[in-house]
Amino acid sequence: MIPAGFTYVRAGSVEQALAELAWHGRDVRLLAGGHSLLPAMKLRRVEPGVLVDIGRLRELAYVRLDGEQVVVGPLTTHRTLERDPLVAEHVPLLAAAARRIGDPQVRNRGTIGGSLAHADPAADLAAAVLALDGVLVARGPSGVRDIPAAEFFTGVRTSALAADELLVEIRLRAATGLGYAFEKFSRRALDWAVVGVAAQARPEGRTAVALIGMGQTPLRAGEVEEALAAGVPAAEASALAARGCAPADNAVASAAYRSHLAEVLVGRALAAL
Amino acid sequence: MRVEITVNGRPHEREVEPRLLLVHFLRDLLSLTGTHVGCDTTSCGACTVLLDGVAVKSCTVLAAQADGCEVTTVEGLGGPDGLSPVQEGFRQCHGLQCGYCTPGMVMAATALLAERPDPSEQEIRDGLKGNMCRCTGYQMIVESVQWAAANGGAR
Amino acid sequence: MIGSAVPRKEDAALLTGRGTFVDDIQRPGLLHMVYVQSTEAHALITGIDTSAATALPGVVGVWTAEDFAELPARPSVPGLERHYLAGEKVHYVGEPVAVVVAADRYTAADAARAVEVTYEPLPVMATLEAALAPDAVPIFAPLPGNLALEQPVTPDDVAAELDAAPRRLRARLVNQRVAGAPMEPYGVLADWVGNGVTVWATVQAPHRVRAEIAQVFGLARHLIRVVAPDVGGAFGVKSSFMPELFLAPELSRRLGRPVKFVETRREHMTHTYHGRDQVQEVEVGFDENGAILALDVTITVNIGGVPDPVGIGLPTLTSYMLGGCYRIPKIAARYRSVLTNTTPTASYRGAGRPEASFLIERVVDLVALELGKDPAEVRKVNLIGPEQMPYQTPFEGIVYDEADYPAALELLLGELDYDALRAEQERRRADPGARLLGVGLSTFVEMAGFGPTPLFEQFGYLGGWESANLRLQPDGSVIVLVGTAPHGQGHQTAMAQIVADELGVPFEAVSVFYGDTAVVQEGIGTMGSRGMPVAGNAVRQAAVEVADQARRIAAHLLEADPDDLVRVGDGFQVKGVPDAAVPLAAVVERSFKPHLLPEGTRLGLESTAYYEPKNLSYPSGAHGCVVEIERDTGRVHVVRYVCVDDCGTVINPMNARGQVHGGVAQGIAQALFEKVSFDAEGRPLAASLEEYMLPGMLDLPRYETHHIETRSSFNPLGVKGIGEAGATAAPQAVVNAVVDALAHLGVRDVEMPCTPERVWKAMHHAS
Repeated sequence: MIPAGFTYVRAGSVEQALAELAWHGRDVRLLAGGHSLLPAMKLRRVEPGVLVDIGRLRELAYVRLDGEQVVVGPLTTHRTLERDPLVAEHVPLLAAAARRIGDPQVRNRGTIGGSLAHADPAADLAAAVLALDGVLVARGPSGVRDIPAAEFFTGVRTSALAADELLVEIRLRAATGLGYAFEKFSRRALDWAVVGVAAQARPEGRTAVALIGMGQTPLRAGEVEEALAAGVPAAEASALAARGCAPADNAVASAAYRSHLAEVLVGRALAAL
Repeated sequence: MRVEITVNGRPHEREVEPRLLLVHFLRDLLSLTGTHVGCDTTSCGACTVLLDGVAVKSCTVLAAQADGCEVTTVEGLGGPDGLSPVQEGFRQCHGLQCGYCTPGMVMAATALLAERPDPSEQEIRDGLKGNMCRCTGYQMIVESVQWAAANGGAR
Repeated sequence: MIGSAVPRKEDAALLTGRGTFVDDIQRPGLLHMVYVQSTEAHALITGIDTSAATALPGVVGVWTAEDFAELPARPSVPGLERHYLAGEKVHYVGEPVAVVVAADRYTAADAARAVEVTYEPLPVMATLEAALAPDAVPIFAPLPGNLALEQPVTPDDVAAELDAAPRRLRARLVNQRVAGAPMEPYGVLADWVGNGVTVWATVQAPHRVRAEIAQVFGLARHLIRVVAPDVGGAFGVKSSFMPELFLAPELSRRLGRPVKFVETRREHMTHTYHGRDQVQEVEVGFDENGAILALDVTITVNIGGVPDPVGIGLPTLTSYMLGGCYRIPKIAARYRSVLTNTTPTASYRGAGRPEASFLIERVVDLVALELGKDPAEVRKVNLIGPEQMPYQTPFEGIVYDEADYPAALELLLGELDYDALRAEQERRRADPGARLLGVGLSTFVEMAGFGPTPLFEQFGYLGGWESANLRLQPDGSVIVLVGTAPHGQGHQTAMAQIVADELGVPFEAVSVFYGDTAVVQEGIGTMGSRGMPVAGNAVRQAAVEVADQARRIAAHLLEADPDDLVRVGDGFQVKGVPDAAVPLAAVVERSFKPHLLPEGTRLGLESTAYYEPKNLSYPSGAHGCVVEIERDTGRVHVVRYVCVDDCGTVINPMNARGQVHGGVAQGIAQALFEKVSFDAEGRPLAASLEEYMLPGMLDLPRYETHHIETRSSFNPLGVKGIGEAGATAAPQAVVNAVVDALAHLGVRDVEMPCTPERVWKAMHHAS
């Protein structure tokens, strides 16, 4: 219930946040909405010596249209994603995923950047960002680099983000007017996904399918996508959903059940496109 | 560190540990014990307050993060002329038994009605899904919120 | 006022944040106490290093078991006394090993983590099978093995009756471990001043807590004040005697400062006792009609690592209720209480009776399935008829009060539109695109209104009665002190309704107090659905006595014979003489004027009544559940839940409805969501509300409630109790519906909780 003590630094700018990260090294954590970090700290699963609060960097909270892309600031809350008209028009899948996160209180505080950086294998937004061919823009001491979402998640709660980097933008391919679906299966309504699926139709006729709860990271269902691209009917393609996945086998669900759920949910998502 | 938080309209300046949770700031430093703690995993919602007008779980906000912000707790609802419509709805419809989850439930319901003055049953259940109650089985809470919606809303 | 749905007196404070829960109470110089809990399920403690913890600024001290060696052991069954902290060994994960006191809760939490405990692992027996295996190691030192108690409840067997039965079947039913999980965890604040102590605690029986503290500390009871302030739900789990009830006073005594202990949720989930956790082996004999002829039951209950005196014997209550609301001529029952390396188990809403109701209701459905009959029809064949009431069951002293079980079932079937549901079920089965439909019935009876004294003192209580003191104030208003300690049941409201009717005073003119041993006469507490059947009748009796006193004074005032007075409005009138009347307020005022009263009249209008029930009461009813099951995922949706309850006289329909809703919610939660589980090493897998599936608002359905009001002849109010009925009725209504939906696939049982995965597997394996 009580986090361990830490030094608190409120960043006044992105530059200051980066300087703090560089200075404190592994002992520092960034605090945005705090809805991934603080719960872990309260259970003392994480005990950082320094917290750099970037929550007031309003310049990191935005949704903009940039040509064919929707660009989202990392401090944008789930609440904003649910309600933002640009998101609704151009990347409605993102809103659909945001709507299924936790509960209203959590969505009021939690941010897209925090959620992605936390890299939980069952994070709803991760599925949407993957299916929207997202690019995560990281800024570090040596400048800015783009990380494709498909390369961002590297393991259970680990990402390609370096310790001295800050996620400064999420760029998503606009999918204006195209079919999408977000299917989430959880025990209770407010729980994390046991398995979840984000599906997004693409202008070139391809369909992107992303899975959560099906491995150590959120991932793209490559075999399903290829099958669909090859003209295999959706009902058959969905049977390939768990191919190549190594889902957890634990008290929440067995691996076999997760694999089955993946097929069912991909089937539902494709049917809803 | 020093924080200044306006709670129920009154500014409070205090020296706090950076790790102090907002809920403990309210309960232990300001003696506003209406805001309760029911879990340690951001699950139950008993600690729900309004932070700059939106519902948050105050067990998962640092007092430091609320520095300079406005907080409304259950003590800040209603007034000399009586209970707020949401509070009155809970009384009329038996939306509480032990009363422990109630302040958080009332705050979440107040926030819900502020955004959706006339919610459907499904919207009420969806809007309050972050608040757990062990006594009522929830139906009479739903009825309480419906009563409030029909009798003044989120005032 | 009885029968009126008035809003509660309790609510104004609770709705405005002005309730007083234990953690809300501040005292000057308050210190905070936190446990160091065992991280091992079964191990010898080889060392405890407290140096880092005590060195932290703000830490007052760290104490281990040996520091409390002088304190008499915690009260229990003789021979099974427990220590306050684990000494030489730990018995389960979460068992308190050391206690830390610090100036504030943050420092205390830091210090608890800084205590280093080293362990030498012992074999862990986290399951009944492991604990009963030939190579099992004894867990709890006073006992030679892990079979803590083997108890025949009935003297004989039913082998001959089973042999004679035309049909018989066996079943193994599991009533899984669940957590009461009240929203407010357990808390204690002790302030030892001079030679006595005040203890505020989240408890259900403050007078008994006072007695236990008095015994441990060798104090006279008048020196101890125990207050149960607002209590945030209890459901039985706050009736166990947790070590903090004694450690907080002891540390307050040693330190000369008030000491507060409030569990975190994580601590609650491993430290405060769980409920249920029975395995039931059943054999039933029946005939071709479905008439049940004999029942043989062996119950094995998992009581955890340290036996709780209530937990060890709870299957006695299960046994008593095995016959449910059916005429079963012969029942044989026995049980075994088994230690395992898990958190102890004790009371949880219904405490032993829901397990019985689950068993017999599943058995009836299995009989129906076996015979290919409709479960409603098999129930009708077996239900005890209203003309047979009061009904003596095969268990001595267990006599059901008046009820009409068949009428409850008929009402339920009508409300469900049962025949239409069956037709719809057939249609769905034939349509592969449709969700499967299942209908589950639960015709239940439970035991409530605990006492009477000979039964209740077996659970350690002073008596099975309840007390009430009622006194009229000089202005005609009323103060009632009642011996219960409610925690959400609305006693301020319901008791005031009873008083308003008996005394003829306005509901608004009555205030009810409880939960404080310094204010309330000796009392028993709130558990076992005894609020209305026992305490309600005590309040009524006190009101009747005071009304009688008032009548005598009114008669004197009106110069009439007391028998010639009638009640009118808010006072008395001489029969047939409208002018000869006096309001109650004038009577009360007169009662304080000795010079105007007959010689020898006691001053004031006041009575203290102790109501001892003649018998238990037996709330009953019929619940029905309609589920839809997703064919592809196994997820169960409760689409309708219909309740018909008979709790006798209904004092406040709104409160009664709330009690039914809450109980049903917990029953559905047990059927579909909740389970406290451990891995093979005894590590808890559900130690938070993230892991423990306490359902939320979107997870539970609407409830349709109906009442049949059959007054009980066992008490003057005719009430039976309602607090545990829902939790008793609901689990099997849901499970019967789930199995019913899948029966055509060959599914005969699905273990609780019926999770999507379990249901999916059952469908998968069956087909």
